[in-house]
Amino acid sequence: MGGLITRHSLLVTVVKMPWFKKTKELKTDRKGKIPEGLWVKCDSCKEIVYRKEIEKNLKVCPKCNYHFRISARDRLKLLVDEGSFTELDENLVSGDPLHFKDTISYKERLKENQQKSGLKEAVISGDALIKGHPVSLVIMDFSFMGGSMGSVVGEKVSKAAERSIEENQPLIIVASSGGARMQEGIFSLMQMAKVSAAIGRLKENGILYISILCDPTFGGVTASFAMLGDIIIAEPKSLIGFAGPRVIEQTIKQPLPEGFQRADFLLEHGLIDMVVDRKNLEDMLAKLLDLLR
Amino acid sequence: MIRYYLEFEKPIEELELKIEELKRISDGKDINLSGEVKKLEKKVKELRSEIFSTLTPWQKILVARHPDRPYTLDYINMITTDFIELHGDRRFADDHSIVGGFARIKDMPVMILGQQKGRGTRERISRNFGQLHPEGYRKALRLMKLAEKFKKPVITFIDTPGAYPGIGAEERGQAEAIAVNLMEMSRLKTPIISIVIGEGGSGGALGLSVADRLYMLEHAVYSVISPEGCAAILWKRNGDIGTEDFSRAAYALKLTAQDLLRFKIIDDIIPEPLGGAHRAPEVTAEKLTEYIVKAIEELSAKTPAKLVEERYKRFRKIGNFEEEG
Repeated sequence: MGGLITRHSLLVTVVKMPWFKKTKELKTDRKGKIPEGLWVKCDSCKEIVYRKEIEKNLKVCPKCNYHFRISARDRLKLLVDEGSFTELDENLVSGDPLHFKDTISYKERLKENQQKSGLKEAVISGDALIKGHPVSLVIMDFSFMGGSMGSVVGEKVSKAAERSIEENQPLIIVASSGGARMQEGIFSLMQMAKVSAAIGRLKENGILYISILCDPTFGGVTASFAMLGDIIIAEPKSLIGFAGPRVIEQTIKQPLPEGFQRADFLLEHGLIDMVVDRKNLEDMLAKLLDLLR
Repeated sequence: MIRYYLEFEKPIEELELKIEELKRISDGKDINLSGEVKKLEKKVKELRSEIFSTLTPWQKILVARHPDRPYTLDYINMITTDFIELHGDRRFADDHSIVGGFARIKDMPVMILGQQKGRGTRERISRNFGQLHPEGYRKALRLMKLAEKFKKPVITFIDTPGAYPGIGAEERGQAEAIAVNLMEMSRLKTPIISIVIGEGGSGGALGLSVADRLYMLEHAVYSVISPEGCAAILWKRNGDIGTEDFSRAAYALKLTAQDLLRFKIIDDIIPEPLGGAHRAPEVTAEKLTEYIVKAIEELSAKTPAKLVEERYKRFRKIGNFEEEG
């Protein structure tokens, strides 16, 4: 079924492509999600692929269609009309309510991740146009502390939802996260309730919310805003679930079935609406936005 | 009665055994040891008071998980009358890890529900150690919607290590079930009062506690992750982990009732009898009733719209961050 939908949308795109396709290509900037080197081994099929080929292909493995993780900035380039994005709430930074320390302090860990990713937090948010349609957009970045949700992620998502109501524009969230952020303890946990309540208000106001799940989406993010979309889309082969596969394996003490928690598994179990290739995502969003405005 | 003593209660156990011994010796004989017994009993009380007033976070976890600690059904039996248990989510199954139904507390009709851990191997397995599957969260939501329809307040008891991590749970949408509960509870048009009576295990606990009033028993805990899970993530690479690491993680996570009150996440702490809720369940139950009745009275005075608005604000303002210039 997943294959069918994917092929179908691919068809549509092929027909439309020449009209508006900006040459969207992703450079592996700095610490890209793709390992350094001229050649790259695909995480999924283990084939050795020429790096340039993957980059041209929007960081999708040409052999097996595995979608590599991409940064929030790259994602932005792929999804929105050029120059249309206005970033909001970009200066929010986490406090350290627990004075948490593992090997280094949480404050230091935040700094380290800010330098590494060039981001202030695990999410960027703002207003944008998708093929002319105004939306509130939130994009998570897995490279910032595993895309974990602490106070800032919760606040930015809630603000984006509230802005959608004020501006009467759809909300689109691209999720990629290991779950709630341990270092903010109970504050992180409570963000799940906060964002879910904000999404609840969207429903009451008849505002469209499209949730896009990317590799990987887990824990407190899946169990809050990510699974609350009116429409839920996943990228091919993304690992999505509540509990991580290792935790489940340790609990049930048996190996997990092939394809468990992959996008197609969720589609088969009725948990998401569709699996869409990265190259077709923008078109699919535009179609939905057009149809449901 | 065979009592279960935690490691740090061993000095108490020794004294209590001695007291029993003395009582046995003097029983039916001419020797009067009541003076000795009284002295020892006083010493036990002092010792217990000392130990329990300085519990470490990890020790609190052990108390919260104590096998003799009263569970949801124990409290329901003690604090309600006319409890009518309702079953099933109407979609897949009846999850025995959660119990709930209509009942009366001091004559007031309420919907009361909560996670139920089991006592003894057989019940523990049938209750799945208080770890819900998606059908459990959906059952809870169905009951809460019933309460909304009939304008009855909802009381939830939280006591779970977490939502169950298993194949079936994932297939049936564990994450979705919890997410929907969070959203629906945030806009339920009837008062919700939640009490963490033992373990508040992460999203699995939150899925029943988006409430107007959130209380914790004195030795209950509530955390984003278990200390064992936290320690495994942080320190496993250094080899085996053990109690010392769990203890460190428990401290770092700030998961006690006292921490959460300080953070203003909960409204109040419900005191437990000396030595923990299980030492005098009736006393604990009486305290619970007191808090619940007071909360119902306060919340019932508000219109549903006001309740929902205040509940939204309550969670909306939680967060610790700043705006950088």
